[in-house]
Amino acid sequence: MSVTQPVLEIQGLRKEYAGFCLQDLSLTIEDGTITGLVGANGAGKSTTLKLILNLIRRDAGSIRIFGMDNRESEREIKAQIGVVFDEPCFHEILTPRQISGYMGALYAGWDPAGFARLLDRFSLPAAKAVKEFSRGMKMKLAIAAAMAHHPRLLLLDEPTSGLDPLVRDEILDMFLEFLQDEHHAIVLSSHITSDLEKVADTIALIDQGKLLFHEEKDLLREQYVLLKGSAAQLAKLDKNLLIGVRTNEYGFEALAKSRRQAAFAGLSVERPTIEDILLFFTRASRAGAHPGL
Amino acid sequence: MNIIIRNTGEAPIYEQIVVQIKNAILSGELAEGEPLPSIRLLAKELRISVITTKRAYEELERDGFIVTMSGKGSFVAPQNLELLREEQRRALEQHLTQAVAAAKAAGISRQELTELLALLYEDEPEEDGGGYPQG
Repeated sequence: MSVTQPVLEIQGLRKEYAGFCLQDLSLTIEDGTITGLVGANGAGKSTTLKLILNLIRRDAGSIRIFGMDNRESEREIKAQIGVVFDEPCFHEILTPRQISGYMGALYAGWDPAGFARLLDRFSLPAAKAVKEFSRGMKMKLAIAAAMAHHPRLLLLDEPTSGLDPLVRDEILDMFLEFLQDEHHAIVLSSHITSDLEKVADTIALIDQGKLLFHEEKDLLREQYVLLKGSAAQLAKLDKNLLIGVRTNEYGFEALAKSRRQAAFAGLSVERPTIEDILLFFTRASRAGAHPGL
Repeated sequence: MNIIIRNTGEAPIYEQIVVQIKNAILSGELAEGEPLPSIRLLAKELRISVITTKRAYEELERDGFIVTMSGKGSFVAPQNLELLREEQRRALEQHLTQAVAAAKAAGISRQELTELLALLYEDEPEEDGGGYPQG
């Protein structure tokens, strides 16, 4: 069982815009894993992905991909990365077959046969113009195109947003298949947390330009509990155990560290979803609480 | 081999995998030397994290249930099965000793006790009952 090595190492990354600042972001992604980048709109997820690809210039920090600096070895690195950004961007009048033709001319590593297999796998017609494709088909086409030069790392910005559950599931299966090679890795941003619940190995939560945590998904779900009970029960709870609390007319709901079960006697104790964890941590951070894992 | 992951359960996912694979080995469903699914395949099929699956296999390996050969995969370990059966037997003896003590304390005769045991034995479903005894 080989210990995995970082495929991506970000240290002290900083990018300032008017009204937004990505602050000292450090993140290490291991080979063979799927990392889910989560956070509210405008949290800094896309900015981070663009910085990794050197599409925008960082103000400070370092980014190493496959052990190389992302600016010094940009060409070499990009030959081994597949990217999908929010809006699929192929010319509407082209067919997948024509797209394969010009991608082959652009990229040395392009594998037309592999691309054809992916089209087949996704039931995409090779001879139909893209303008006749549904949103789901366009996204599947973009993913097939991102994978057709056999990249080691896939960077995906909201690859499943706006798609129906069946198509999303199909895409997630594709990701898991990609990960059958332990030297492959995926970083994907999404605010569909249920998708990440299904496929991610680790979750990185970003809010207002800050990384709140990067942790194994299953550990997250095991280390925290969702408590529910009455206001009187809440008053007796040790507040240091709570990440955040939401009270309502009839009781409360709180996210707590699950280590001390005895303290929660009499309360409803549930396993939180990734969404619960995201919501409580983000609110706590905005309230200035700086919750630690 | 069936592996069922319960998301509602109290038990961590890696522990659920460990227990179910141990059970499959102890019941003989997975024979000595038989290959286990690769960590990545199992993770994909069950839609659980590779990290979690890896942790489960590491624990199974530490406990001597499986061996992992780099580049070849994981296999059911040969040596310890007799020992494990022996261990299970010892655990059973302990439980029965307690049962006998409880019977004596309550003035229940040996015949009554064996009848009760026979009854319970028949009632218990063949498989997938409680799971591997912990600790």
